Amino acid sequence: MIFLQLFYTFLIIGAFTFGGGYSMIALIQGEVVGHWGWMTAEEFTDLLAVSQMTPGPVGINTATYAGYTAVVNAGYPQWAGVCGSLLASFAVIIIPVALVMLVGGWLLKHKDEPRMAVVMKVIRLAVVGLVAAAALGLMGVESFGVAGLNKRFVVSVLIFAAAFVALWRYKVSPIYIILASGIAGLVAFSV
Amino acid sequence: MTAKYCDIFWSFLKVGAFTIGGGYAMIPLMQRELVERHKWMGEEEFMDEVALSQAMPGVFAVNMAAMTGYRLRGVWGAAAAIVGNVLVPIVFILLLAMFFRTFRENAVVERIFLGLRPAVVALIAVPVFTMARSAKVTWSNVWIPVASALLIWLLGVSPIIIVLAAALGGYLYSLLKPHNS
Repeated sequence: MIFLQLFYTFLIIGAFTFGGGYSMIALIQGEVVGHWGWMTAEEFTDLLAVSQMTPGPVGINTATYAGYTAVVNAGYPQWAGVCGSLLASFAVIIIPVALVMLVGGWLLKHKDEPRMAVVMKVIRLAVVGLVAAAALGLMGVESFGVAGLNKRFVVSVLIFAAAFVALWRYKVSPIYIILASGIAGLVAFSV
Repeated sequence: MTAKYCDIFWSFLKVGAFTIGGGYAMIPLMQRELVERHKWMGEEEFMDEVALSQAMPGVFAVNMAAMTGYRLRGVWGAAAAIVGNVLVPIVFILLLAMFFRTFRENAVVERIFLGLRPAVVALIAVPVFTMARSAKVTWSNVWIPVASALLIWLLGVSPIIIVLAAALGGYLYSLLKPHNS
């Protein structure tokens, strides 16, 4: 049963992801964490950290990890989790890939048509909101701890601010940000 | 000259295995492999493929692989390219996911992840602003992303519904708007 739900969910996620990995993150958060509860908010944040550190498309990485965790969290053994991860990755690419092969050539000719351009523009605007919602959804207790003058919260806010500035102003590569924040966490929470 | 399946597979394997940070980070490496090394397409064709893969739903890198493989050797060419592109990342993630379930409770791993989580929030928050710029958000259309974000965040509306509504709204708007621009 969970395999069927997993397949269907990632099929839909793949078909409705416009504008790259970050919008897929928003969709996966909505479905996998929000709707189905296959993963906790904490696990989802950890997944994002992991999928930014490993090679490959973020969308595939997220689907693979989510598929595995969803199945194992439902009480199945590890090998079933591996099947789940392959199923989720397959489901997430199959509709877009079919579209690319079936209508790619036609679209290449008509991509500058004004009506299509307007639809794409509105979708792209909405996707900005999708990613914003994903970021807001992550700003909870699982990422920062309980708000107040406690060590966890203060350290977390400092790391967030530093990471934000490093990425936004200085265009530091996400992998260095992940590495540095991991070290910062290890040091700050060990002393 | 027809491209060999193993060349297609190997090219996309390299692209998938050696780029960290998502699909768009793969563009330079893809360009080197497909345009410069194998001369499977010209520079302009490559740019068209990039634009189209971005416009289509789904995972950008996989769309690129599907399109290139399909144009070179049909369905099996597409399959070779896609499998090559995702093979190493999937194995990597699976190993990590398994490792993670075993070592999650470990005190050192836990402290590292306490530090990672707020940084991840920043990694998702910054693209909001860069994407807003490339989507050309202005005072007259900023209500679209704001309303989308609030509907999802506060009311728990599914992002899928928002994308559907945006597509439908965009289509209706394009019918109303005279095509002079």
